[in-house]
Amino acid sequence: MFHLTYHRPTSVEDAIQFFTNSEDAQFLAGGQTLLPTMKQRLADPSDVIDLRHIAALAGIGSAKDHLSIGAGVTHAEVAASPQVRQILPALADLASHIGDPHVRNMGTLGGSVANNDPAADYPAAVLALDATIHTNSRVIAAEDFFTGMFETALQDGELIIRIDFRIPQIAAYAKFPNPASRYAMAGVFIARHTDGGVKLAVTGAGSDGVFRHKDMESALLGNWAAEALADISIDDSNLLSDIHGSAAYRANLIKVMAQRAMQSML
Amino acid sequence: MIKVSMTVNGGAVSHTVEDRTLLVDYIRDHLRLTGTHIGCDTSQCGACVISFNGKAIKSCTMLAAQADGAEIMTIEGLADGDQLHPVQAAFKEHHGLQCGFCTPGMIIAATDMIKRYGAALDEPTIRTELEGNICRCTGYQNIVKSIKAAAEDMTRSEKPSVTSSV
Repeated sequence: MFHLTYHRPTSVEDAIQFFTNSEDAQFLAGGQTLLPTMKQRLADPSDVIDLRHIAALAGIGSAKDHLSIGAGVTHAEVAASPQVRQILPALADLASHIGDPHVRNMGTLGGSVANNDPAADYPAAVLALDATIHTNSRVIAAEDFFTGMFETALQDGELIIRIDFRIPQIAAYAKFPNPASRYAMAGVFIARHTDGGVKLAVTGAGSDGVFRHKDMESALLGNWAAEALADISIDDSNLLSDIHGSAAYRANLIKVMAQRAMQSML
Repeated sequence: MIKVSMTVNGGAVSHTVEDRTLLVDYIRDHLRLTGTHIGCDTSQCGACVISFNGKAIKSCTMLAAQADGAEIMTIEGLADGDQLHPVQAAFKEHHGLQCGFCTPGMIIAATDMIKRYGAALDEPTIRTELEGNICRCTGYQNIVKSIKAAAEDMTRSEKPSVTSSV
């Protein structure tokens, strides 16, 4: 952040062009992670490319089977959108609990998903709702997108344009937020899809970031009730362990959050 | 260096600043509007909250360059001359501050939530909405009371016909 060049493109093409022509550029969406990271000198890009003035990244729309949200749409916009609240209330609920009101006015869907913070909320929804990530060059399935902590399938200079969420029959998200940061200590998104399939994704707890929990999915497929999860044991060998909580504590939280998500739907 | 122009508290301003300049530093050091505070500088405390194009944001987590062309309101722009804004008046009346350091951010956050919720703003909602503003004097009780009183005052004055018919 010692020497920084700011760019403000108004088209995806110009944004990519700025990126290509810069030595070590970073896309700047809402900046609620990037700017604090830069202030701590954990990131030191030569250039930042502000994405907030690109019309192609804005807007919320829906088709028969999916809800489409522009990468530049803020958490506050998702939380307040009558369309999202009607079609996918679980996603509006998730967005309404990210950070705090001021952070939600700046932070964006695309920024959160591209950053893939292991404690971010959106990745759980993207995975459980079978979303597709549309970039400037291709379409990536959620299953192939999250590749590890802060790692995604995005190439350098590849930009998320929008994310299409499959509209489920019913879905819910429950998280236990860190009381200081509001990041998830454990967050569980559960969706029952129109084909009868169940997807359950866990954020905040995995040492490789967001993951699906197949045992809980199978249990819910057999019995769509919170009680179906009572006897599941969560393996804590690949869970985060830090000052906020041990792996064993997070393993228990995952189960409790999954049960709370189920209870909120029934 | 980059030239930034914006409207601050109703007046046009324009300066050439370093690209890396944070909006809060621009407001305090270039515009000399020191009512906007820097508390934690890690996006958590809310002392730097200002209104940016009508929405409350943390000005320590935005570059001045990002605000080029925007409309900004800081705590200094809230009162109408000597007439306090209803939220300011409520904080004064209900002792909604002790040391006062968090107050500018609290008041901007309060005006933002009153705008969004109007008469529906109840106490649990106020407490939830304040999660991005920290008061280290632990004076939340009176802050909540002040915001509730301001919300009632402002939503009442929005409907003068109701009060005049009573």
